[in-house]
Amino acid sequence: MTDPSALYPPAAAGADERIHPDSETALEAGTEGPPGAPQQADKPRSLTSDAWHDLRRNPIFIVSAVIIVVLVVMAAFPGVFTNKDPRFCDLNLSRQAPSADAWFGYDVQGCDVYARTIYGARASILVGLFTTIAVTIVGGLIGMIAGFYGGWIDSVLSRILEIFFGIPLLLGGVLVLASFPSNPGTPQLVTIGKVVIALTILAWTSLARIMRSTVIQVKHADYVSAARALGGGAPRILRSHVLPNAVAPVIVYATIVLGIFIGVEATLSFLGIGLQPPVISWGVAINDASTYIRQSPHMLLFPGALLTITVLAFIMLGDAVRDAFDPRLR
Amino acid sequence: MATTDTFPAPEAEAAGHAPLLDVDDLQVEFRTRDGVAKAVNGVSFSLDEGETLAILGESGSGKSVTALAVMGILDSPPGFVTGGAVRFRGQDLLSLPEDERRAYRGRNIAMVFQDALSALNPVFPVGWQIGEMFRVHEGMSKKDARVRVIELMERVRIPAARERIDDYPHQFSGGMRQRIMIAMSIALDPDVLIADEPTTALDVTVQAQIMELLRDLQRERKMGLILITHDLGVVADVADRISVMYAGRIMEKAVVGEIYARPSHPYTKGLLESIPRVDLKGQDLSAIQGLPPSLTRIPPGCEFNPRCPYAQDICREKRPALLEVVPGRFSACHFAQEVLDGSI
Repeated sequence: MTDPSALYPPAAAGADERIHPDSETALEAGTEGPPGAPQQADKPRSLTSDAWHDLRRNPIFIVSAVIIVVLVVMAAFPGVFTNKDPRFCDLNLSRQAPSADAWFGYDVQGCDVYARTIYGARASILVGLFTTIAVTIVGGLIGMIAGFYGGWIDSVLSRILEIFFGIPLLLGGVLVLASFPSNPGTPQLVTIGKVVIALTILAWTSLARIMRSTVIQVKHADYVSAARALGGGAPRILRSHVLPNAVAPVIVYATIVLGIFIGVEATLSFLGIGLQPPVISWGVAINDASTYIRQSPHMLLFPGALLTITVLAFIMLGDAVRDAFDPRLR
Repeated sequence: MATTDTFPAPEAEAAGHAPLLDVDDLQVEFRTRDGVAKAVNGVSFSLDEGETLAILGESGSGKSVTALAVMGILDSPPGFVTGGAVRFRGQDLLSLPEDERRAYRGRNIAMVFQDALSALNPVFPVGWQIGEMFRVHEGMSKKDARVRVIELMERVRIPAARERIDDYPHQFSGGMRQRIMIAMSIALDPDVLIADEPTTALDVTVQAQIMELLRDLQRERKMGLILITHDLGVVADVADRISVMYAGRIMEKAVVGEIYARPSHPYTKGLLESIPRVDLKGQDLSAIQGLPPSLTRIPPGCEFNPRCPYAQDICREKRPALLEVVPGRFSACHFAQEVLDGSI
């Protein structure tokens, strides 16, 4: 091997061609970025770091992220928010209105509504989180295989997908859960698991569709051909070229559906087939309250409000993340 | 150049000489809803070690499809190789199963794409992408691969390679990105490098640098280089031999200097006449009349006859074979000798 530097002194070799890394980012800051927001010089910026840069400046993201952090702490350590036992109930206090003693009042069994609402976060968030993870894995995998391999594999998977897509989420959930009912003796995690499985079976289709369409887009990209031209095998190309480029819309959608799953869980619990006592959840609380809406609206108001805020926070977060990840919206 | 060099190819049969890469009567078609588009109709060429072959042709002439078919990365469907052979040191690649064929890609035959921005993965730093070649194919550790990547980036003359290894493709200029693409393709020291319009997306001064780089790398590593281009100017300095393609066929084959001085095919002649020249400033630029034929409806007879100023009845009826006009020069024209002599 000849020494290239002997032939071409590095200083002369296309040095004029080199652009300074932050000349591009500086340009961006001048035209699009918020004025006065200094760009970090010399730091490589990937799509993710770009998105993060945008997110930190988005008030919607900050508000929703704060709410979600509070909810997660609530789910993990309910004791931080209340020192009352949600299972200690005194029938003498049944349906008493909010007071200084019990901020949210008491429910029909005489339990403290505030404590039960705090403790209810855990079940709701667990259902939302597990369902989203399961749906992302199942839907993502099926969508990726269908999109990447195409042909008859795609046809078969797409038809299966369409069959499941035709079943309404709530109706399907009612059917599945009514066929495998839980009773008060069933352990909490099993009850939660049933709801997660029922929702996953029905909800993976949207994610699979999104994954399939982005994978089809990405697989025709030149860098995938280039990877093939340089000897990359199918699993390798899927893992390091297709997946990282196709995953952004899936993450965004997953964030949004997380909120929706929490809402669906509450609906199923309200119907009496999702989570069931003794599990403490917002849906169960709303169900309990439904008979006394006129007499004691506080029983419905507080768990209902927290449920609404949670669903809203996740949908807002998803919106903010989508805006940050989708370059076309800039 | 080393066009006449022979070499001891391991797979070469007793007869001795098997060319490095031998493409024989390659046929490719695309089966679309509008019918079958015959993109490549019997293309043959061979390439020796250290030799540069230019495949010249306008858009849609089948030159890129030829490259993809040789690499075996044609999107199928809709593209199908329907005939011919691609032999690497005597081994027919088309008859190999996909996983054996994959072993040739990158290590024996590699490819540089036209637009490096879209040919590099936007979500990973360039160093990671070049290093993938070493990590995957040679099982190197991340640390060792990184050392090799810096060497390679310096080899393709990327200034400050050590600092730029963690930059992303969009942070490089067009010329630098093409250098990175080249670095990736030569990482495993391939025997054949196919460069598909490697300089088309670049401006003129950078084009010259990239061509120079490719030429130096080729000489240093004794690679066979196939240069696909539509730019007659790019070819002149670098190539040893030229094949001119039109409508999926090779129209003319020659050593580089001769073709510029005296073309032996009306199409090549038309191409040469349509280059703007300083000494003809102010005069009308001559252009080839008409458009290339649709590949689903290639005209009968000679593919070029509807646009050819010399077309006779025979051109509309009989397809001319690619025949040797004078030693070393091939032309697919019924009137090759006349065109060569300038008598028509």
